[in-house]
Amino acid sequence: MIEEIGTTPEGELIINVGPQHPSTHGVLHLVITLSGETIRKVEPHLGYIHRSIEKMCESLTYRQFIYVTSRMDYLSAHINNHACALVVEKGLQIEVPARAQVIRVLMDELTRVASHELWWGSMAMDLGAFTPFFHAFRERESINEIMEETCGARLTMNYMVPGGVVQDIHPNFQKKVKAFLQLYKLKIHEYDELVTGNIIFQNRMKGVGIIKPEDALSYGVTGPAARGSGLSCDVRKIYPYEIYDKLDFEEVLETAGDSFARYMVRIREMQQSIRIIEQLIDNIPEGDFQAKTKAVLKLPKGDYYTRVETARGELGVYIVSEGGTTPYRIKFRSPGFSNLSILDHIARGSKLGDLVAMMGTLDLVIPDIDR
Amino acid sequence: MQQEELKIKLSALLPAATFEEGGEWLTMQVEPTDWPALANNLLTEPTLNFNFLFCLTCVDWKTHLTMVYHLSSRTFGHNMVVKVKLDAAKPVIATVSDLWRTAEFHEREVYEMFGVNFLNHPDLRLLILPDGWEGKNPLRKDFVDPINMIKL
Repeated sequence: MIEEIGTTPEGELIINVGPQHPSTHGVLHLVITLSGETIRKVEPHLGYIHRSIEKMCESLTYRQFIYVTSRMDYLSAHINNHACALVVEKGLQIEVPARAQVIRVLMDELTRVASHELWWGSMAMDLGAFTPFFHAFRERESINEIMEETCGARLTMNYMVPGGVVQDIHPNFQKKVKAFLQLYKLKIHEYDELVTGNIIFQNRMKGVGIIKPEDALSYGVTGPAARGSGLSCDVRKIYPYEIYDKLDFEEVLETAGDSFARYMVRIREMQQSIRIIEQLIDNIPEGDFQAKTKAVLKLPKGDYYTRVETARGELGVYIVSEGGTTPYRIKFRSPGFSNLSILDHIARGSKLGDLVAMMGTLDLVIPDIDR
Repeated sequence: MQQEELKIKLSALLPAATFEEGGEWLTMQVEPTDWPALANNLLTEPTLNFNFLFCLTCVDWKTHLTMVYHLSSRTFGHNMVVKVKLDAAKPVIATVSDLWRTAEFHEREVYEMFGVNFLNHPDLRLLILPDGWEGKNPLRKDFVDPINMIKL
């Protein structure tokens, strides 16, 4: 039920934010109860882009269902595909060749950088500056070009399949990634000059939307949003998959728990991803890019669960198999859904203008929430 | 805590529970009436401390529904799964949203998609589906919608 928009007998004002609002980045609908300018309640109404992906997957085979998942968190398309490939590989005990593992991790980290860059640009735009958006898109564009060459797509890549990757990397891949690394290092100081050190942005983010670590845990908040509160939750560190346990990188933690801490986590996380890419780009082993698998995949009867770290947090894929060619039931534990659930808790008592900073630093992607 | 150790501890906590063989994590099957007390113990017992409910969902087995709770302890690093069998015609279970706040949204999703009624839930309403979908549960196996569903 959508409440009556207007004034309550107590003099509180009920307004809509979204579903078409620039700061909601898509079709998120929030019904907000205001007392003056102070937020009393935030109530999300979801489903504007709900496609029932879970139901759809029940009639798709283990090779087909991966393609639908690129459309959930479209900014982490590779990582979504990765999670699905991993769960099928776990069920069938497929050994992934070393070359494919390295390519997968490279793609994941490039995706993470691209996703955080888009977030950085749109976050600054939410808070009123248009220029950073162009700076972010300049770097992101060069990642998109790399993706386009190797995967044939810029957004919904569909590159990872059970057993490895769908095709080998493009001959230009290494050269282009190195050019990107150079570009990134040349330009990264601009990010700090434009936004991080900017007093206006700092004032709008510091002390706004504080998440306590125990609340983050209870609400199931994961990813950079939780790490800004000092909660260690990086799946790549806690439950390493592929070759993450052999790589040298840090889990980025901040302790303040406010919007600025979440901002800093993502800025520093980009640098960690760059560090991972640098370690791997010259060390892609020779060999197959895909393991030999049967034409028809059938997961043995049972339950399977895998989790990966997307740019937004912990993505879990839960499959119940009855031994057939399609999943009996599939559940995507999407990071955005849980991260959104804390919004009401942190927004109560703050000013309406601060809501934009909170939503921005939670990094909500609506198709990921609605699925 | 290792799986075996965990199993001993949990069967002492609830002797009526049965354990499922196989699977990656220890899987415990309990009755709906035992669930609220067990859930409370799983969270508050200092040696268990399952403080992170990382997945909450439901599976429709046609004859019955099964609630599936994936729990993890950030303190100790152990994981477990709890399964609760519910009656398909009248599925009712106590909420755990007072213990793990993330359950509030996840239970609302299960409520609309499977029609499970969560007792004492603070705000049990449709979350994703629009008005008028009460009582129609799209993720149930017997759900048919000739307009919106395309069969290949």
